[in-house]
Amino acid sequence: MAKLYIKGSQEVDNQNPREETVKFLLDYSKALSVIDYKKMKFEALLN
Amino acid sequence: MRQEIISDAQLVSNYIKGEESALSTLIYRHKQKIYSFIYSKVFDRDLAEDIFQDTFIKVIKTLKRGAYNEEGKFLPWVMRISHNLVIDHFRKNNRMPKFDNSGEFSIFSVLGDSALNAEKQLIKDQVESDVRRLIEELPEDQKQVLVMRMYNDMSFKEISERTGVSINTALGRMRYALINLRKVVDKHNIVLTN
Repeated sequence: MAKLYIKGSQEVDNQNPREETVKFLLDYSKALSVIDYKKMKFEALLN
Repeated sequence: MRQEIISDAQLVSNYIKGEESALSTLIYRHKQKIYSFIYSKVFDRDLAEDIFQDTFIKVIKTLKRGAYNEEGKFLPWVMRISHNLVIDHFRKNNRMPKFDNSGEFSIFSVLGDSALNAEKQLIKDQVESDVRRLIEELPEDQKQVLVMRMYNDMSFKEISERTGVSINTALGRMRYALINLRKVVDKHNIVLTN
């Protein structure tokens, strides 16, 4: 019985992305800016 | 508490206006659905992580470029992007030569592949820049529709709103743009293949 509980608690979370990935995306979003020039759009990563 | 009430559409709109925290709410609200969907297809945690990341990079770019058409369908749209990226992954994997484990190890099976990729990349770049030059030769109205559709990923509905013409006119212009491009390619015997 004890073994069962231990195994359960060590299972890897396959339902959620890692926290680092989410953080990377939020930082990426903050760093990215799109500049409009006439009809063109330029992306700039200000990091 | 208040964040739970805000709809996806409102969050997207806030994010486009520059409120970065709206994106955070959107990601935390939907990350489990999107990630588990990707994982259920690829069964590899690192790969699922990569595809999840690429999905949101695409989402961020599209939103920041103002190319997103809000119809209250944020989640299905993101799911569609991740679905396409999963398919892209499997396609790319199919094209990769598998290592033959039965015979002797050949270094050229490793080296030859990357050389070919570099060459193909050069050809691809060349073809894309040729196409860009050809597009510049099109009449202004046709060029405008083609660029919006192919390079900005806009729908014909968005194009018609942006240019002030009907959807049918936009479709017609796209059709003539392609016909004219083909004519120029045929006339000058330009080879546009990889």
